[in-house]
Amino acid sequence: MLRYALSRAVSLGLSLLVASVVIFAVIEVIPGDPAAYMLGMNATPDAVAALREQLGLNGTLVSRYLSWAGGMLTGDFGVSYTYKVPVADLVAQRLWISLPLALYALALSTLIAFPVGLLAAARRGGVTDYGIMGTTQLGIAVPNFWFAMLLVLVFAVNLRWFSAGGFPGWQGGLLPGLKALTLPAVALALPQASILARVMRSALIETLGQDYIRTARAKGLSRRQAVLRHALRNALIPVLTIIGLQFSFLLAGAIIIENVFFLPGLGRLVFQAITQRDLIVVESLVMLLVFAVIVVTFLVDLAYAAVDPRLRRRT
Amino acid sequence: MKQLTLAAVLALTAGIAHAQQDTITLGMVLEPPNLDPTGGAAAAIDEVVYANVFEGLTRFGPDGAVQPALAHSWDVSEDGTVYTFNLNEGVTFHDGTAMEADDVVFSLDRARAEDSTNAQKALFAGIESVEAVDPLTVRVTLAEPNGNFPFNMAWGDAVIVAPESIETAATEPVGTGPFSFSEWVQGDRVTLTRFPDYWGEAPALAEATFKFISDPNAAFAAMMAGDVDAFPNFPAPETLAQFQADSRFKVIVGSTEGETILAMNNVEPPLDDIRLRKAISHAINRQDIIDGAMFGFGTPIGSHFAPHNPDYVDLTGLSGHDPEVAKALVAEVGEVRPLRLMLPPPTYARRGGEIIAAQLREVGIETEITNLEWAQWLEQVFTGKDFDLTIVSHTEPADINIYARPDYYFQYDNPEFQEVIAELGVTADPDRRSELNKAAQKMIAEDYVNAYLFQLAKTGVADARIEGLWENAPTQANDLTAVRWTE
Repeated sequence: MLRYALSRAVSLGLSLLVASVVIFAVIEVIPGDPAAYMLGMNATPDAVAALREQLGLNGTLVSRYLSWAGGMLTGDFGVSYTYKVPVADLVAQRLWISLPLALYALALSTLIAFPVGLLAAARRGGVTDYGIMGTTQLGIAVPNFWFAMLLVLVFAVNLRWFSAGGFPGWQGGLLPGLKALTLPAVALALPQASILARVMRSALIETLGQDYIRTARAKGLSRRQAVLRHALRNALIPVLTIIGLQFSFLLAGAIIIENVFFLPGLGRLVFQAITQRDLIVVESLVMLLVFAVIVVTFLVDLAYAAVDPRLRRRT
Repeated sequence: MKQLTLAAVLALTAGIAHAQQDTITLGMVLEPPNLDPTGGAAAAIDEVVYANVFEGLTRFGPDGAVQPALAHSWDVSEDGTVYTFNLNEGVTFHDGTAMEADDVVFSLDRARAEDSTNAQKALFAGIESVEAVDPLTVRVTLAEPNGNFPFNMAWGDAVIVAPESIETAATEPVGTGPFSFSEWVQGDRVTLTRFPDYWGEAPALAEATFKFISDPNAAFAAMMAGDVDAFPNFPAPETLAQFQADSRFKVIVGSTEGETILAMNNVEPPLDDIRLRKAISHAINRQDIIDGAMFGFGTPIGSHFAPHNPDYVDLTGLSGHDPEVAKALVAEVGEVRPLRLMLPPPTYARRGGEIIAAQLREVGIETEITNLEWAQWLEQVFTGKDFDLTIVSHTEPADINIYARPDYYFQYDNPEFQEVIAELGVTADPDRRSELNKAAQKMIAEDYVNAYLFQLAKTGVADARIEGLWENAPTQANDLTAVRWTE
């Protein structure tokens, strides 16, 4: 187990190093000068030059990469060009929305998908199965921003149960915060739940056809016992893979949903920072997201090993 | 139907509950990057802090006229080079320190310093010295007379800041205005509260929150759901009719200082040929663009001047829509390569660009459209001057003087015009100024420097019970001093 974890950790470190070089290089070649953007159309050239100097944009590429990457190792992510506050604070603030939202959506999607997937697999070929397959197909096909707008129209504009968006902040208490995240979480969870339920179903169906299930049934286990005790655990590997991918997606990819609900999350921060050429924020943030995705993958790898003991011995 | 009645009753009761309200939530499309109006060009900064948190020596009124602010009056020397500003008594900054002549000297010196990062540094270019005569008197000496000086001092970039708080102005602004900064949840909202020790008349509102909603659909939903009380620059003009029909809301349509133009590269062939520029001007149907891209909001212009300005001359006739004239001119010029039309992100440019491309094709001019982000546009078009055509709205007030800068991105170089602007700079006499302004408008219209499209409208939505919001936008601001709930 330890060797397995170590080898995974080394590849994690290497991925991060490569990612940092690529991110820095790609972002630095995007056309557009942050200083010129900030000062606008009437700025005098000497004011732009003074600002470039202030922002530290005049060094060579290599020295700027080293100071950026070195800073990150010591936990210093730099100061945002436009907001003029440390990037770490900015990200921490946004993370308090994006992370709970991602977890909320993931919890919803898993809670929906597991029983639904199980049910469909158990009733394979029946009316329930066809109904579930049809509904989940629809769930995948419906664009989530459209579904989000529909939710807003029904629950915010007409029924007024929720506000149309925005986030009151956690200082107002847990419930108002969760309430503000509910519609976005539902909008995010629906397509994810549909995908997950289908993966769950097909994985279960496959394991149900295995010899060991027949053996288990022959031993005298009921169908239900065989599914819960043997099939479910073996079907978990593909499901875990999908959950890992989904979590990364939910954390970084909720830009559109964040826009529809005007939530100040990470996705919107990336978007804003790119248009404003707040390069330091973009670089640090993308790096953090890469880090998060890699760590999640790492955790999923470890989880594989937990559910499948053979993997621990293989490496 | 039953549900509708229920909704109406709910709306009514909600109205009663809000009757004595003294807080307001305003929607804004863009979040200010920081809150220091003296260190960045973003209009969103002024939209939060101008006249609310920060004040200058002078200020713009709702009609664009220059009014006294921190200076209750000023005297100009005979030769027009020395301005003596008399400051109001008893003005304090939000941190409790007194606002005195020294602070004015500090602010103006900081803005014009060598390492200044003021986005409108040109406003301070003519200043030779600033001195504090006594705590309530400031003397500004100019290199040459400048009739525009009180106007320059009214800009958001010229507000008075305190040396003690300047380090944190970007995140915790400290000004002298009727509202003090209270909270900024980055990405979501900025909250201002009434400043109890304000030197002037106390505002009716006790608290104001600016909420940042960039998505047009989200803005619509937020207004409809009552999450925001007013959206002074509403991003979804296509839904305005719906608000107009709803008695809970009012739609406020005014004008801005934004001359929206199809700018042309005046030195690069083939657009260095005035015949081709004239052809393009005649090929364009302004009303079609206003209807198609702006949902009918906007006023056609024929030169680079705001129609609500008293010195405005209607020159749209010089470039009226006439495809035949345009075709004849194109035939005269001969074979023309496809023109590169560069479009920045705003809808006026993206939607307008497609309509213009179609109109130009009708007279035999082909275009290649490229969509750019703002930062790219600034680098490639504005700074690099690598373009043939572009669409942009020039939102600075009274900015016809940009045509006197030969290195400005459309590169119009006419010594005669430059003389007019130079004279305007040193003229204080209103009659002569008006003549010069009119002459300048005419010159650039006759030279077909750019194709002048329309004056950008300001379209806002507000709860019907709110009054005192600015109808027009003489500068980009949400002045809350006169805003109140009625009933």
